[in-house]
Order: sequence, then C-alpha cells, then structure tokens
Amino acid sequence: MTTRYTEDHEYVRVEGKTGIIGISNYAQEQLGDIVFVELPTVGTSFKKGDEAAVVESVKAASEIYAPVSGTVTEVNQALGDEPGLINSDPSNGGWIFKIELSDEAELEGLMDEAAYADHTA
Amino acid sequence: MAEALTGEANKTPLYDRHVAAGGRMVEFGGYMLPVQYPGGIVAEHNHTRSSASLFDVSHMGQIVLTAHDHAAAVKALETITPADIASLAPGEMRYTVLLNAKGGIEDDLIIARPVEGQAEDGVMYLVVNAARKHHDLRYMQETFEGEARFEMRPDLALIAIQGPKAAEVLGRHTDIVESLAFMQAAPATVGGIEAMVSRSGYTGEDGFELSIEHTDAEALFDLLIADERVKPAGLGARDSLRLEAGLCLYGHDMNEFTDPVSASLLFAIGRNRRTKGGFFGDERILKKIAYGADDKRVGIRFDGRQPVREGAELVDKHGNVIGEVTSGTFGPTVQAPIAMGYVPADAAEIGSPVTALVRGKPIAGTVVKMPFVPHRYVRKP
Repeated sequence: MTTRYTEDHEYVRVEGKTGIIGISNYAQEQLGDIVFVELPTVGTSFKKGDEAAVVESVKAASEIYAPVSGTVTEVNQALGDEPGLINSDPSNGGWIFKIELSDEAELEGLMDEAAYADHTA
Repeated sequence: MAEALTGEANKTPLYDRHVAAGGRMVEFGGYMLPVQYPGGIVAEHNHTRSSASLFDVSHMGQIVLTAHDHAAAVKALETITPADIASLAPGEMRYTVLLNAKGGIEDDLIIARPVEGQAEDGVMYLVVNAARKHHDLRYMQETFEGEARFEMRPDLALIAIQGPKAAEVLGRHTDIVESLAFMQAAPATVGGIEAMVSRSGYTGEDGFELSIEHTDAEALFDLLIADERVKPAGLGARDSLRLEAGLCLYGHDMNEFTDPVSASLLFAIGRNRRTKGGFFGDERILKKIAYGADDKRVGIRFDGRQPVREGAELVDKHGNVIGEVTSGTFGPTVQAPIAMGYVPADAAEIGSPVTALVRGKPIAGTVVKMPFVPHRYVRKP
C-alpha cells in the first residue's frame, strides 16, 4: 500500500488497482472547518489534474483535482451528513472518492511521504 | 496556502499578541490581522455566541470631527449622512451611511456624541471602515473645507469584547458597564486604562468596543484575555457572526452605487428626514422611499448544506438571472447556508422562493427575515 501526494495537497492511497483520494492533514488544517463536500458522480472518468470535487469551509470553496487518471468507483457518502470527517480523520474516515487507476505510471510523478513532508515544511 | 506575504501591510499594536496566540495572519484593509486562531472559525463563532470573544478592530478608522459649535457639527453630518443627528443626546451613538451626490453609499459608519465635558463643543467621533478610512477622511475634508475639521486618530487602537458574558467580564474592571445601553458610549477607566467604552459591535451579541491609546492595547488585551470566559477571535468568525446578524459589509453588500433604500438600510435614515431630505442624493433617495426601490437587499436561507457565496447568480423559476449574492456562507449558529443578495422588489417578499446557481447547479432557497440569528442587544442596562 503506497500513498502519494500532489503539490495541491491531495493524497492517493493505492490498494491494488484502486486509488483512494482525499486531502492531507496539512490541507485540512489550512482550510479549517469543512461544512460541505461536493462529491463526483460514480462512473465519471477524470484525467489527472481534472477538477473532481469541491471542499467548502466557512471561509472558502477549494477545488480537489484528480491526482491520477481513472474512473470513479465509489464516493464517501458519509461526508454528506458529516463533512467534518475530513478535519477529524482526513486519511481514513475523511476519504472523498475512489478511482480505478487507468495509468499506474502516473503515480511516479507524485510525491512520497518524505517528499511531501519537505513540501509542507 | 501559507503564501508569502507581499506589500506593506500595517501592524496593529496587538500584532505580537496575535502571532503569539497562533493567529493565522492575513492582510485586511491594509493591516495584518488574524483570520483565525488554532481553534478555528466555527469554534470562535460559537464561543462568541455562548461566552465572550476579543476582536482586534484597531484597523478601523477613528476620526474626530471638530466644528465651531455643536449645531455646525450636526449640520455637516446631516449634509453628508441621512441620519437624525440633531436628536443625538450626549453619550449616544448612531449607525448611518456616508452619501455621495448621487445618493450612493461611500461607507457606513458610527457617529458618537461625546458625553458632557468630554470634549469641546462641536466635537463628534466617527468610526469608519479600514479600507475606506483614508478615502472618507479626504472626502469629508474636501466637502467641508473651512467649515469643519476632520482628523484621523492613528494613535488609537480599538478592541471589541463580544458575547453574552462580555458585560460580566468587563464589569470586573469598570463600573461603566451598568450605565451603558446599546449604542451608548462614555469615557471610563478599565483596569487602570483610560478608554472610551461603547456598548456596540458587529456580532449581534451584547458587547463593547474600547477605544484606547496604542500604548495601552497590549495591557488591555492581556487584562481581558486573562478571564477564562474570554478567547480571541479572528476575521473569519467576525464575518460569519455579522452575516448571521444581518449586518452589511461595505464593498460587498453595498458600495458607492447602492443607495440606502435599495440596501434595506432605511433605519440608517432619520424618520424626520425621510420626507424632508436635506442630505446628499436626497432627490434619488426620497423618490425610492416614496415609490420603492427596483432591487432590494434581502436575506436568503438555502436548502441543504452547500454554501452559496458572494458572486453567485440568483435566478427565477425560468432560469432568468434576477440578482446576485453579495455575502454568503454556512451559518454555524443557523446550521444552514445563509446569504444576503439583491433581487427585484417583486421577488423580495419574505417567503419568496429564489434559486442560486453554484458552479452551474441550482440551489433552492427562500427569502427570509433578517437577522438570521436574533440580536441580543441590551437596550436597558
């Protein structure tokens, strides 16, 4: 299981052919209290870098971009009632959507834990 | 995120206190101010509604008007604002708007009359928005050249304590609290510090604003924050609190092209002046009072949880654009998306349906009465 990060603070945790996508702990701290999440539709195909979801705090709306290309297989419905899961548990309960990866090679262009830690230092 | 700061923003005398408290500093109205502290906007918002919060509002413009006597000061202020200033008793304050010749709003402001013996005859105190203060000063100086003097007081800081516990907390350090009602002000000593204390604010809660010398700001902040009921709050909570209270933010909910009738600020126009006029732009404003404005500022509550923000288009049931949201967020106390915006008068009735477009998607809402959260001002101490 590997987790990779984008410069815009999305993560993708890879389990087999599936990528689980959310925002990093650093990102949720910066955004503050999340009050709404606009989820993508299951079955939608994204290219890497496409706008896939929107996370809204009291203060602002922030676009979430697909860290890798693929097709959405599942979205986190729990965020509808409890968007604050992104604040309390960004990497597990606060995941946003799952994608079936169409090009695993894209992962090599993303940062690993150490590189991301440097990026946010 | 965590972007490098650019420009030459000013620091308030509480800058070091904000940084020490973990404030996330941003530029606002030319000043570096905390948008939030580590607890976050929602926690700060809720603390203000349940206990008491400290806000640094030292960026706001504190201006002293001096005319040769009180009648001359009243005349100047009644020329440039539509308020009834003549009836303002010593120690009373009034909210109103600064008008241009076309009846548009140059800024909103608070006017306070000194208590007896506090200042020479002909002096009035004004508090204006940070981003407009230099403009306002020039505008008033040019308008009343040779008739009245206007002087900025950059040596003064302003600290607000807001919330249901504010009176109790402040009351430990001064006995002025029990003699002030909402929109009254008087000089007082607060824990040994000379202050001009007013019972006013921008949250809809009971609260006070204390105008003090810059050099006393840290000591007053330390004195008030030492009380366990008090926490600091930033610009983020200030914005969500004022929106729930239905209070306008200049440059967003009104601007130099908006008249006070369209902005639903009739209460900023003195009752006796609504027919007589005698202020800048009175022709246009009196016409709107008599015949109604084409568009009106309204409060809107939306279904679901998705915030509808400034700039979102408002549409009728056929999808025609009829207006725009000027402020909007998810109200932490209301627990729903709330907004202010402008719609045509025939769509502005309480209970009228209105739809907003957010990223192309329709969000259903209803025109509702403001404030969204009842004011808890103390009218009689």
